[in-house]
Amino acid sequence: MQTAEKTLDEILALAAAHFKVPRERLTPDGDFFKALGIDSLQTLDLLTKLENHFHVELPDYELQGVSDFRTLAGKIQARL
Amino acid sequence: MQKFKGQTLSWDSKSGIIELALHRKPCNELGSLSLGELEKFATALADLERDAHALIIYSQLKSGFCAGADLRELYQRSQDMEMSEAVRGVRDFLERIHRVLNTLDAAPLTTIAAVHGVTFGGGFELALACDLIIADKMARFCFPELRLGLIPGFGGIPRLKRDLGNAVVRDLLLTGRSFNATKAQQIGLVSQVVAEGETLRAARATAVQLGKFARQTAVTAKKFIKPIPLDELRREIDLFCELFPRPAVQAGLKKFVESTDVQPYLP
Repeated sequence: MQTAEKTLDEILALAAAHFKVPRERLTPDGDFFKALGIDSLQTLDLLTKLENHFHVELPDYELQGVSDFRTLAGKIQARL
Repeated sequence: MQKFKGQTLSWDSKSGIIELALHRKPCNELGSLSLGELEKFATALADLERDAHALIIYSQLKSGFCAGADLRELYQRSQDMEMSEAVRGVRDFLERIHRVLNTLDAAPLTTIAAVHGVTFGGGFELALACDLIIADKMARFCFPELRLGLIPGFGGIPRLKRDLGNAVVRDLLLTGRSFNATKAQQIGLVSQVVAEGETLRAARATAVQLGKFARQTAVTAKKFIKPIPLDELRREIDLFCELFPRPAVQAGLKKFVESTDVQPYLP
């Protein structure tokens, strides 16, 4: 199983590429809604992108209240 | 009418393939305007189907296939009248959309929903009325109605039950969670998963293939394998109308309509 740090790093890279935001603007503890400038529907896009990349299924209710990449990475890591 | 361009949808028919394109922003929410144009399409279909073997339904919007019923319109309309009148209005709307979806469901041609992005609630139910669902890998399906204190009202439960096992239906319905195209294919809901932006191309290729077979045989096979659960569909309308006046539903709708949360679509 890959490390939590690698998972976090891949999420940051994926989010930056998908929403066309410079990677250096994204920080592990930053608010991804603000950093990516995304709304609720785009959040589902991000979730789908992550599920496809990591080959996991993450129920969207687990994302309620999650707004930083590190916590998101923890949720993904728990299903790898 | 061979061709139509409306405010919420358009259609065209070429080489035996009818294409119905949805284009009401932000994500093809189904309200009274969309319903009126869907009814127009259902009427036109009687003529169109004479020269066609396939129908493709897709969205021209990047946001997705369809986010479901127009909840803002539903809520605002119900605020302007007595509850008993509002329930009558809801029942009328449901009966009209059921007629449209039953027409699509039973149409004597093969129907394909080519979906991407958000395919939620009524949008999911529209796809379920079709014979095949082709999804791009970013498509997401969900029945979020329970978070509003409701059940799906456009035929979702009976049609899902027709196609899938009861345990899967319970999971989708009772958790209200959304799931992606890969999962949808695993449970047998989606027939093909394609790359982003490729659904229409894949649907057209499938429609061309369908045209190679004897049409009457295809119609007979469809009628044999895809019965319309009319009794359950009627019961669904009754249940929806029983639930609608409950304070929890009105509070759920109000919360949704007035929400400024960043995640209002997440159950």
